Amino acid sequence: MCGIVGLFMKDHSLEPDFGVLFAEMLETMTERGPDSAGFAVYRDGNPDEVKLVLRPTSGGGVSELCEDLESNIPSIAEAVTRHTHLLVRLPRKNLFDLHNYLANHAPEVEVISSGERMELYKEVGLAADISREFGLPRMTATHGVGHTRMATESAVTTEGAHPFTTAPDQCLVHNGSLSNHNNLRRMLMKNGQTFRTRNDSEVAAGYISWRMKGNEGLGQALEHTLDDLDGFFTFVVGTANGFGVLRDPIACKPAVMAQTDQYVAFGSEYRALAHLPGIGNAEVWEPEPAKVYFWERQHA
Amino acid sequence: MPNFDLDNVTLRDVNSALHEVDMKATGDWTISNPRGTHALAAGVDAPLKITIDGSVGYYCAGMNKHAEITINGSAGVGLAENMMSGSVRVKGDASQSAGATAHGGLLVIEGNASARCGISLKGANIIVKGNVGHMSCFMAQAGNLVVLGDAGDALGDSLYEAKIFVRGKVKSLGADCIEKEMTLENAKLLQSLLDAAGIDDCKPEEFRRYGSARQLYNFKIDNVLAY
Repeated sequence: MCGIVGLFMKDHSLEPDFGVLFAEMLETMTERGPDSAGFAVYRDGNPDEVKLVLRPTSGGGVSELCEDLESNIPSIAEAVTRHTHLLVRLPRKNLFDLHNYLANHAPEVEVISSGERMELYKEVGLAADISREFGLPRMTATHGVGHTRMATESAVTTEGAHPFTTAPDQCLVHNGSLSNHNNLRRMLMKNGQTFRTRNDSEVAAGYISWRMKGNEGLGQALEHTLDDLDGFFTFVVGTANGFGVLRDPIACKPAVMAQTDQYVAFGSEYRALAHLPGIGNAEVWEPEPAKVYFWERQHA
Repeated sequence: MPNFDLDNVTLRDVNSALHEVDMKATGDWTISNPRGTHALAAGVDAPLKITIDGSVGYYCAGMNKHAEITINGSAGVGLAENMMSGSVRVKGDASQSAGATAHGGLLVIEGNASARCGISLKGANIIVKGNVGHMSCFMAQAGNLVVLGDAGDALGDSLYEAKIFVRGKVKSLGADCIEKEMTLENAKLLQSLLDAAGIDDCKPEEFRRYGSARQLYNFKIDNVLAY
């Protein structure tokens, strides 16, 4: 099973409504994935700054981490506690200070995501709880991807929840299962990619990051997954300025898309899209198998 | 004329009401705000006229017997799956496995159908005004699939006795599916199917017919000795 959703605002005036619309999309997909849920949102960013989402995996809680970092790393511009995660914003030139501090003083802290615009939150439990705890309905964003998980290939843990990110501002959600992920993971590790889990979807994310690191665009990187990934998949991939969709050649997993002048939306089922504004007159279609779809903003 | 608004009543309320009617009951029913809900109007067993205003989720009109169901929207996976009789018409598109295992009745898809349309078809008639996706009519045993647009890969793979008529291009034929002669009898059948679907802007001679080459295991008389 698993449910995946994506929403990309073409009309800037709809960005303040992103959180409310997207939270309902995610919650509607709870029945497809009650084990864990997560989402990546692309929000305001500054080219000179980096946003990191951190999660303490043992020891003190997130508020202790917040105090600890704020008192020891003066360059931190902002630290916001969101449920079990801590969002930290700091100048790009000081990023090393933070990594250095974490490595030496708080190695149990996991860096969930990093990027200029992306913030990623995920946790074990039901989508409605996760959405509320992380404050999703109040979030303004240009676009985002989300996932409700019914676990198959790895444990029900926060680490195993989607989205997976393997490069700054890049993330992937996956419905399906891959059969050649172990081989592919070894190949990617030899080529410098790092992985945190034994999860198959993380390998797909790493594969796309590896391709994009080689200067391929999102569309090209997705095309190549058709050659190298074996298994069932519907992917939704987020980047700093866009999102892409791809289904495996036999269209094993469901997918519906909708487009109006204001947005492009993706859902595992139409139910996830039924509340979107203007859906009655939207162009609604089922993405074709093995065909890459992607949308990018001209001005991020 | 019962009218159900799914913003005010539950799916269970609607389906229970549909199941409780007398098998000979007639009348017009409307269902509004389906919002992609699953299994709507499944298992109806009476000659009702049911109109659904909006898009539906999985297995809509599944197992239909006698009812005439119209969907003013699109449909998710398994539309009219295992239909026995009656008719189902969707004004928009249908997702995968539309009309799967359907034994009888008429399914009309005014938009496109995606993969596996008419998979394991057992006697129903399916007319698709748009295109059908890959593996359509996979292992279909009886009945007819008419496609006014194009067909995807592996059309009619492992086909038994169903007939397939396609007006547009066929991307590829599946195992044991071949093009067959359009006989006068076939053309008459096709015309009757187009008439039943209310389509009057195309003619049987614009179509090509596909069927089973009857070369797979079950068609070999030698294999009868295995039993």
